[in-house]
Amino acid sequence: MSSDWPLWEVFVRSKGGLAHRHVGSVHAPDAELALAHARDTYTRRLEGVSLWVVPSAEIVASDPDQAGELFEPAQSKIYRHPTFYDIPDEVKHI
Amino acid sequence: MTGRSPAKAGAQERASAAAAAPRTPAYAGEQLDPRTQYLMRLGDDALVLGQRLSEWCGHGPVLEVDISLANLALDLVGQATLLLNEAGDGDKLAFHRDVLDFSNCLLVEQPNGDFAQTIARHLLYTTWQHMLLERLTQSSDRFLSEFAHKAVKEIAYHRELATDWTIRLGDGTEESARRMAEGLDWCWRFVPELFEVDELLQAAIDSGVAVEPLGFEEEYRSAIAAVLAEAQLKAPADQRPILGGRRGHHSEHLGHLLAVMQFLPRTYPDATW
Repeated sequence: MSSDWPLWEVFVRSKGGLAHRHVGSVHAPDAELALAHARDTYTRRLEGVSLWVVPSAEIVASDPDQAGELFEPAQSKIYRHPTFYDIPDEVKHI
Repeated sequence: MTGRSPAKAGAQERASAAAAAPRTPAYAGEQLDPRTQYLMRLGDDALVLGQRLSEWCGHGPVLEVDISLANLALDLVGQATLLLNEAGDGDKLAFHRDVLDFSNCLLVEQPNGDFAQTIARHLLYTTWQHMLLERLTQSSDRFLSEFAHKAVKEIAYHRELATDWTIRLGDGTEESARRMAEGLDWCWRFVPELFEVDELLQAAIDSGVAVEPLGFEEEYRSAIAAVLAEAQLKAPADQRPILGGRRGHHSEHLGHLLAVMQFLPRTYPDATW
């Protein structure tokens, strides 16, 4: 069954110039079929122009127990957000 | 077809067609020109193989493969829709013809068997179909040329996926190699039909509409041999070829497939969804 196969994280670039975004994961026996499964599962409705698959085991994740020390300090630093500037309407993707 | 039940109409077509020789598929009593019949051959191939693959939906060995096979099925049903609508009324052709009036090749109607047999069938058919479509882009017929430009990309993927799986199953475990070999063995005798040129196909070739399949038989044989070599599989021994699908002589399997596919529109002719 598919749980015998390694898991792969799938990233899709929706159009040229944009970054690949994580969309989900698939099981597959190897990289080539992981791409095929990713294509069949995540790009059947014109979602993408490029695909990446990465073995899930290769992802290094932060420890949820450390969420407090890692992320909470940022909550009180609103001055780090560039929200005090007016952005012209013509500027996209910000 | 108005005023007659589809079953009765089919019986009458068979009776009148049997009297004429050589027998050509008749649709609603019409004798069809070679271009239309060529469209129907290609359309029936796509329709029957698409329906076969859709039988996997919900039964795939793993979820990812289930989705993958359903995608392949949808590509083929889409191709069948284009081809049969060009040949006539696509829905009528798909749902209101009887088995003897289908002109698909025998390979595509073969049962799914296990996953390996499905892959064997798909490898043998889509390698042929891909080579055909590459050439059909040069057809003098504008519809067929445009159709081929669209479909060749879809089928290139089918061929690649079937190739990938053949190699993995053949060069996999003892069990997967055995199943892959058995699947190929089942399908092998239906390959010669893909290269059969009968009178009707010859007429369509002569008019520049159809592709001469003998022109790529060598290329096909060596492409399949290369895949089998990479998969560590031996080509099955040549078997007595089985022909006749193009002339409506089908295996028992097609009738069962059509019964499922045609049941609803025949039982509820006014149904919409």
